[in-house]
Amino acid sequence: MHLYNLTLQTQTAINQAVHGNFSGTPKSQEIVVGRGTAIELLTCDPSTGKLKILCHHDVFGIIRSLLSFRLTGGNKDYVAVGSDSGRIVILEYIGERNMFERVHQETYGKSGCRRIVPGHYIAADPKGRAIMIGAVERQKLVYIMNRDAESHLTISSPLEAHKQYTLCYSMCGIDVEYENPTFACLEYDYEDGDNDPTGDAVKKTQQTLTFYELDLGLNHVVRKYAEPLAEPGNLLIPVPGGNEGPSGNLGDQPDIRCPIPRRRNDLDDPDRSLLIICAATHKTKLMYFFLVQTEQGDIFKVTLETDKDLVSEMKVKYFDTVPPANALCILKTGFLFVASEFGNHELYQISNLGEDDEENEFSSRMQLEEGETFFYGVRPLKCLAHIDSLDSLSPLLSAHIGDVAREDAAQIYALCGRGAKSKLKTLRNGLEVTEMAVSELPGNPNAVWTVKKNIDDKNDAYIVVSFVNATLVLTIGETVEEASDSGFLPTSPTLGCGLIGDDSLLQIYPEGIRHIRADRRVNEWKTPPRRQIVKCAMNRRQVAIAMTGGELVYFELDLNGTLNEFTERKLFNAEVSCMSLSEIPEGELNSRFLAIGTADQAVRLISLDPNDMLTPLSTQNLPSHPESLLLVDTPSEDGKGQPSVHLNVGLQNGCMFRNTVDNVTGAIMDTRTRYLGTRPVKLFRVTCQGQNAVVCTSSRSWLLYHHQRRFHLTPLSYVNLEFAASFSSEQCAEGIVAIAENSLRIIAAEKLGVSFNIQSYNHKLTPRRLVVHPSAPAFVVIESDHAAYTASTKTAKRNEMADDIERLANDSEEMELAKEIADVLRNNIPDETVFGAPKAARGKWASAVSLLSAIDGKVQTYFELPQDENAKCIALCQFSKHPETVMVLVGCGVNESLNPFEDGQGVRPPRGCVYTFHLSPNGDRFDLLHRTETPKPVSAIHDFRGMALVAFGNMLRMYDFGQKKLLAKCENKIFSVGWGL
Amino acid sequence: MAAPGERFHVLAQLEHLQSKYTGTGHADLNRHEWLVNQHRDTRASQMSHPGANSFIAIVENESRARTRFNLLNRMILPCGPPPEKSALDDL
Repeated sequence: MHLYNLTLQTQTAINQAVHGNFSGTPKSQEIVVGRGTAIELLTCDPSTGKLKILCHHDVFGIIRSLLSFRLTGGNKDYVAVGSDSGRIVILEYIGERNMFERVHQETYGKSGCRRIVPGHYIAADPKGRAIMIGAVERQKLVYIMNRDAESHLTISSPLEAHKQYTLCYSMCGIDVEYENPTFACLEYDYEDGDNDPTGDAVKKTQQTLTFYELDLGLNHVVRKYAEPLAEPGNLLIPVPGGNEGPSGNLGDQPDIRCPIPRRRNDLDDPDRSLLIICAATHKTKLMYFFLVQTEQGDIFKVTLETDKDLVSEMKVKYFDTVPPANALCILKTGFLFVASEFGNHELYQISNLGEDDEENEFSSRMQLEEGETFFYGVRPLKCLAHIDSLDSLSPLLSAHIGDVAREDAAQIYALCGRGAKSKLKTLRNGLEVTEMAVSELPGNPNAVWTVKKNIDDKNDAYIVVSFVNATLVLTIGETVEEASDSGFLPTSPTLGCGLIGDDSLLQIYPEGIRHIRADRRVNEWKTPPRRQIVKCAMNRRQVAIAMTGGELVYFELDLNGTLNEFTERKLFNAEVSCMSLSEIPEGELNSRFLAIGTADQAVRLISLDPNDMLTPLSTQNLPSHPESLLLVDTPSEDGKGQPSVHLNVGLQNGCMFRNTVDNVTGAIMDTRTRYLGTRPVKLFRVTCQGQNAVVCTSSRSWLLYHHQRRFHLTPLSYVNLEFAASFSSEQCAEGIVAIAENSLRIIAAEKLGVSFNIQSYNHKLTPRRLVVHPSAPAFVVIESDHAAYTASTKTAKRNEMADDIERLANDSEEMELAKEIADVLRNNIPDETVFGAPKAARGKWASAVSLLSAIDGKVQTYFELPQDENAKCIALCQFSKHPETVMVLVGCGVNESLNPFEDGQGVRPPRGCVYTFHLSPNGDRFDLLHRTETPKPVSAIHDFRGMALVAFGNMLRMYDFGQKKLLAKCENKIFSVGWGL
Repeated sequence: MAAPGERFHVLAQLEHLQSKYTGTGHADLNRHEWLVNQHRDTRASQMSHPGANSFIAIVENESRARTRFNLLNRMILPCGPPPEKSALDDL
């Protein structure tokens, strides 16, 4: 069996998120998220608040539900996964190996997301004694969790709690302290409805809140009792502590009921109900509260007042508005993680709990008339502060791959998001880098290095820049300034430099080697007359130089800190073109290998072992001249044992070879080739996340790094670099200093593991399809939304509402107040990208056609279609009557209904139309020419032999261009249904 | 009552399957019952696959939770009330 491929860009949607202490480190909290087919562990750095993906694991299945639970007295949380595998899986995160370990995997049913196979719901007893896993219909299984003598988690065989003809809406475990574990389910029994031809039974049947008790003594599950609910609920939220049972929302709480408040002066369709979509519980020893989110994204803080063991009152207060979420997680460190259902996932810091502000608090005790509810006003974030976000491309509606912006490498233009939060995202393959500083240098430098002053220093002291005939040394401090007392020879170019021994510096220049001791004494080694050093390699104790003619000289530092030449010199048949010494492994005095690339197209590995000093160990023949070499150590996975040595070879033809070197024999094995660009490849060692990484420069710059147990070779999204070195200072712990033309740049790669650099531009409605301008870097996009108002309808509605308020005022005082409110209503339009667009009734449509620049995402022309027309398809057409102009044809449905059987057809029969626009040749605008009516909604348009082929209903019609409208030329009615062309 | 060997009789096996797997058909299945099972299987699959749920949510411009809730509700009586039993059915 072979793994065929892994996707470059994994799924970015988060469907489930749970938090807990999975690593076992005291007081830390992590988030486990289900990304469709992968499970990920995220951590949030409490000081910076940055989210970091610690572990990503493909599961090759669909994750349907996640649950974190902890055994009584345990200090680590486990993850229970409900998936499409027909199995319950318990995972434990092993911090040392940075991976999830499968503790248990128990098969209970068929695979697949099926109606009666459990996996959709999963709930745990708060004390971690049992887990219930349920299906959409009928089946529920309970597993008892325990630990054995070695305190390993044990799982029992499943106990059935099935009930025929029962749908399950939600499931949760109830806090009953140490009594028998009890689970609550929202259920609906459809058996009577199925057998009643009159349809009355369905109306009479109520949703029930059913309690299942696991009798630990008898080892079976009983359906304890079912409480019918007056109104249907959709979500159960367990309440900690006490024995007061679950609290639900949307009126499914048996005793206490509080309506969900609504936005004041909202344009939403008044007949719509409001649903709680997700909730999070925060619990400390002293208090607990819930954050619940409505469909509009508004979060409410819900608190309960208790009288002894009974809940007496429920209080609801508007908290803040964030994107509507699939899951919310409140961390103990005061962060709120929002796994958005569509769009980027956000992390917020809870800056206050909204306890003493002026926001209205609504209570279940307040008396309300029938049909009335509470109202509140939305406002910008007050209790939350935005900290970080994770990019998400979900939902991806359409995309175009191509070099539209003329950049030599293809870009991906992705239409993402929904409604007012939708975006056009431009993806470029490359790692995003942060630019820390750029400074111009006098002349074009050849090379750059960073040097520490002392082995114990954390940060670098000098930046050494080499020019054709000079060397410039800069000190790193608050600012970067020229240094005069470094001891480096400024009048000659430098070939290599670095720290040697504990506190001395070494500079290698064409005429010799300069060894600068800590007390500023300088020892020099000069080359023989008329010979020059061409290449060099060094580490903390060893130096190797190659002189013209292919002569190799080797030096070692002795215990007194003096550099001694090895008695023998080695002569090669060809000039040495590059060389590299590996770093000294921990606990050893010297590095064992020296790699040398010679002009006869070969790489030789030479031993530096005192027993066989300077004997060649292995040779690799190359297809081209080697340009650069780098030996890099990679620590083994668990951090123990010998690191593996990799030999990276950059070739003049633009390829890079990556080899593994056998630690004992020095054999070169396992060669991997990668083409990096048109220019010779140079390699430089840098540091990323405490590990060695390699910057490769060619016609593009690349970074080779080890991340989550895998090597990644990713291009950098940055100007082309010529020479690079690692950089570390107070402000930037792991940076890169690099040369690009005549500038010195300090950059840092922070978003490791991300393969695309994303730029996004806002859209007003959900973008559906795009076509690319034939010659200019521009797109035409159609966007449309169901149950939405167009901008003009929204303005009209808002004015109507304001007029109503003004009209209802009776006396002058009221009039003034009404005028004020009406003015606010007319002018203070809430930002739809934050608060969402108002929802209209079903069957309402809003659409638009827009022309965007591919370079900066700017909207050049925006054409809004009238209310209730939905743009369905778009095509570029060249009519034979006007062969030199390009027309954009947009096919629409008019008064269409999504489900004609339910929404009731007949009232407004759906029709269609085609808009014809003239597209300017330079892609800066389009103009409406005319609108052509069609008898049915248009489903597809295609350019065909100088005419347009239009499909609607079961017809295919050919249209030619006309002055007032498109002219139907011929049609065919063979197809049963016309869908796409 | 059933003879000892009859437990493995085809009919008994079918009955066992029908009780174990909701939606398994039988010889006397009528059009309505079949359709109802198809609908319920489809709705359950749509709400269980995260991608399918998102797809419907985008088409209808509703939240994912609402889509899931709607799909569940549509499992209750997907094809309207069952037809009147006619005396011919029992023949």
